[in-house]
Amino acid sequence: MINLLLFPVLIPFLTAMILMFFPKRVSAQRAVTAVGMIASVIASIFLLITVMRDGVQAVTLGSWPAPFGITMVSDPLSAALVLTSNLITLAIVFYSFRSIGEGREKHFYYPAMMFMLTGVNGAFTTGDIFNLFVFFEVLLMASYVLIVLGGEKRQLRESIKYILVNIVSSAFFVTTVAMLYSVTGTLNMADIAAKITDIGQSGILTVIAVMLILVFGLKGAIFPLYFWLPSSYAAPPVPVLALFGALLTKVGVYAIMRTVTLLFPHDPGFTHEMLMILSILTIVAGCIGALAYFDLKQIVIYNIIIAVGVILFGVAQMNMAGLEGAVFYLIHDMFIKAGLFMLIGVIIAVTGTSNLREMGGLMKTYPALAWTWLIAAFGLAGIPPLSGFFGKLLIVQGAFEADNLWGGIIILASSLIVLLSVIRIFIHAFWGEPKPVKATSKQIYRGLFVPAAMITALTVFYGVGTEWLRPVMFDAAEILHQPSIYIDAVLKE
Amino acid sequence: MEILMSVIIGFLFMAAVYLILSRSLIRVVIGTGLLSHGAHLLILTMGGFSGSAPPVLADGVTDFVDPLPQALILTAIVISFGVTAVFLVMAYRAYQELETDNMTLLKGNDEHD
Repeated sequence: MINLLLFPVLIPFLTAMILMFFPKRVSAQRAVTAVGMIASVIASIFLLITVMRDGVQAVTLGSWPAPFGITMVSDPLSAALVLTSNLITLAIVFYSFRSIGEGREKHFYYPAMMFMLTGVNGAFTTGDIFNLFVFFEVLLMASYVLIVLGGEKRQLRESIKYILVNIVSSAFFVTTVAMLYSVTGTLNMADIAAKITDIGQSGILTVIAVMLILVFGLKGAIFPLYFWLPSSYAAPPVPVLALFGALLTKVGVYAIMRTVTLLFPHDPGFTHEMLMILSILTIVAGCIGALAYFDLKQIVIYNIIIAVGVILFGVAQMNMAGLEGAVFYLIHDMFIKAGLFMLIGVIIAVTGTSNLREMGGLMKTYPALAWTWLIAAFGLAGIPPLSGFFGKLLIVQGAFEADNLWGGIIILASSLIVLLSVIRIFIHAFWGEPKPVKATSKQIYRGLFVPAAMITALTVFYGVGTEWLRPVMFDAAEILHQPSIYIDAVLKE
Repeated sequence: MEILMSVIIGFLFMAAVYLILSRSLIRVVIGTGLLSHGAHLLILTMGGFSGSAPPVLADGVTDFVDPLPQALILTAIVISFGVTAVFLVMAYRAYQELETDNMTLLKGNDEHD
């Protein structure tokens, strides 16, 4: 079935449209959302199996020949990312049932979530640069709704900054597409890549590459374009924060991966060197932030920035080990960030605060929460049997193979700081003298804790089952390393 | 012609950046409007000003204007229209709730919401 790769885009979209009809009936909203998400997860599992069995899937909409219509392309990387984002959204949907509150649920919370997933899956699957812009706008527009929904003062203040930054970066994206179109005369990414290979990467194309890194860097929060992220992400409620932290910045990271490997691999001395320096600075900036705060949300938010730096450092190495490590780490990071945000949501729900200084001794009252947090924290830092290990190992190996000794050492050192920042949460919140906690009903606690623990269990599986997942990651990295596979799959049908 | 348009677009971008960096929220919104005008005109310019007939099939016409940038602009216009509408309503709500349109006063932390 050749249209299979459209299903993860279409199913959330149709679900969102159905949900628009009965906003006030909360239980129906929940049921339809859950059914739609499960269908979407099943479709993306089939998609990943098909892509692994039959190679890259490409479909040009409306049966036009390849460079003239809009092409949707599903290679192992995008299929794996689509499956990951669907699984995470499914868990967050279940988490939302107990945490988001009826007021928000009655005002198009679930449709906005589904539209955002439509945009994310579309951005992962598209093979057309202007279509990528449109899917970016779809997910951004839904994220504007999600960030401001509820209308608290803090949300209003931060969403104005968030929307302004994204309008400016979208205008920049349009400008860059216009320049790329005037140089190459096409919008299909495979066709652009083929044309750049023919004419060679001249100075103007390097400028466009830097502009694209700037645009996607603003979306994906790299140094020095991450300034908007910490305060904006702290404003919305926890399930929205988990959704943003797991998916939104990773779309920007994926877009950088795709453009620097597919479109602009010809002048690595400039673009990749720049990307590497920026990613190192991103890691340093994130580490400083992660240590500076005593606020649960801020600590994990700065860990997003560190992870973006680590992934892009892997991409900048441009060898198989670095790219495979980047793919491994990207998917690990989506899962673990969703898990960590959901767990801090549970901690905030039981203590009533996000300030580390005001909590303590939760180990006695909530032992399961404590041990899950410890496992998630070790997974984030990359302790061997858990999920963060193998990706970082490959990234460091890639750095040493490419003679970037200092970069590799900084990555390893950053792991220590990451571990320190999340273990600090463990020590302050779970050890020490018990402090008074809010009376949380068992039902609410279980409703919040179970999805969070499921995601953490998935990350443990991801770490232990590395050998089973390796073929997917290897194929994904191979296509990033040899863009001709991608170009041939799209243009020579 | 392209040179002239480039200069005008550059001026629009300059004005947009100046307005976005100002204090009043409504000036920021006007700045984003100018920014998207500049971006849309840039797509039109970058498509080139060759061709004489509008991109509509007609008898005896062979020299058409490039239709693709016009489709791109149309898409981008609708999107920026939607985003601007959201932004304006958000600015209005923020003015109601926070009782200021001064961007420098829109700050605070956990203690001071």
